Amino acid sequence: MKISFYLNGKQTDVDVPPDRKFVNVLREDLGITGAKEGCGAGECGSCTILVDGRACLSCLMAAVQLQGRQVTTIEGLAAGGTLHPVQEAFIEYGAVQCGFCTPGVILAAVHLLNQNPDPTREQIRVGLSGNLCRCSGYVKIVDAVEAAARKMREGKPR
Amino acid sequence: MRKVFLPGSLEELWRCFEERPQSTVYAGGTDLLVGTYNGVLNPETLICLDRIEELKGVGDLGDSVRIGSCTTHTELLEEPLVQHHLPVLWWAITQIGSPLVRNMGTIGGNICTASPAGDTLPPLYIMKAEVELISKGGVRLMPIGDFITGPRATRLHGAEILTAVWVKKPVEYNLSHFEKVGLRNALACSVVSMAALLRLASDGLVEKAALAWGSVGPTIVTCCEAEEALIGGKLTAARLGEAAAIVRKAVNPISDIRADADYRRTVAGNLLLRLTVAH
Repeated sequence: MKISFYLNGKQTDVDVPPDRKFVNVLREDLGITGAKEGCGAGECGSCTILVDGRACLSCLMAAVQLQGRQVTTIEGLAAGGTLHPVQEAFIEYGAVQCGFCTPGVILAAVHLLNQNPDPTREQIRVGLSGNLCRCSGYVKIVDAVEAAARKMREGKPR
Repeated sequence: MRKVFLPGSLEELWRCFEERPQSTVYAGGTDLLVGTYNGVLNPETLICLDRIEELKGVGDLGDSVRIGSCTTHTELLEEPLVQHHLPVLWWAITQIGSPLVRNMGTIGGNICTASPAGDTLPPLYIMKAEVELISKGGVRLMPIGDFITGPRATRLHGAEILTAVWVKKPVEYNLSHFEKVGLRNALACSVVSMAALLRLASDGLVEKAALAWGSVGPTIVTCCEAEEALIGGKLTAARLGEAAAIVRKAVNPISDIRADADYRRTVAGNLLLRLTVAH
């Protein structure tokens, strides 16, 4: 089945079975490997992508559901080669350990900050509660999101 | 190859059912697609309701609120009508899965999945919600307690869908409470949950009570005897303890990977004791 959507701003057409798991369309058909399938059950968040700006689980979407949608993956977050403030903060604060969960965590954080530009640490923890990091690096992740929020409020509009 | 329909309207939906009457319907996919992709379920044809705008949104109908079945949990949390008029439901929704699951999952999906652990269900039971079901033949309304018949079992017919849930505003109550005990704070199926609505007089006496528990029986458990035990007294530890003993006898939990039956039975009563600090 032909399915068309916008992937990181670019119109993308694929010809795949309509029930194909969308994370597999990204990774195996398009070579976009930022989103990872961790658990396949919505319990780890490593497959997080933005669909029309909303953080969603790409391992629990049939390809056909993306028809006409705007999909953003970690690969599309840096506009024109400039890192997103959340990406910058993750580097600055050392919020990445093995990196497996990082694309999902960053996209969930971007969604959170778009909804709530000035979250408390507790709100950040709740906002990222669907994304597991098994390196146990949550403190630095929360520090980084807090710093990114500050930076974004200080007028780095995106 | 498994067919997946993506109808844009109810009219298109009926055409999908005509072509494939045995189709399995889903909305957010956070439950059904887990089983489909891991091979536990093998639906021949899927219909995704995500694009049917008629099934989304919340309406104020004076003494009740009508919630479209395909409204996501996140949309409900952002909806002032839910926050102001149905706080016990609002609070329960904050406890579902994770933000990612709430961005995708819908209230209609939570109802039709009919899990004893469904977090929206205890609040809907105590507010005596009614489900609105539609097929090509017409519409029917049914109390939620009649609709859900067992774990993952409902009275939904083939080629019929849940369009909305009607919830009467609980104006006769002045205290709302929901608590869920899981193995962790997020991304956890409830081990035991409880929703409560109470009307307290100015002197603290309970005048009216509605209580329901999740994950302690094949369907949501309500308990008139426990409600009656609270009426006429204050929310003291002694009074709540008596009602808790009644509840522990009324529930019928199972042992599973998350907890054993005795633990669930104990906690079902203990959650009632929390009402001493809830007000």
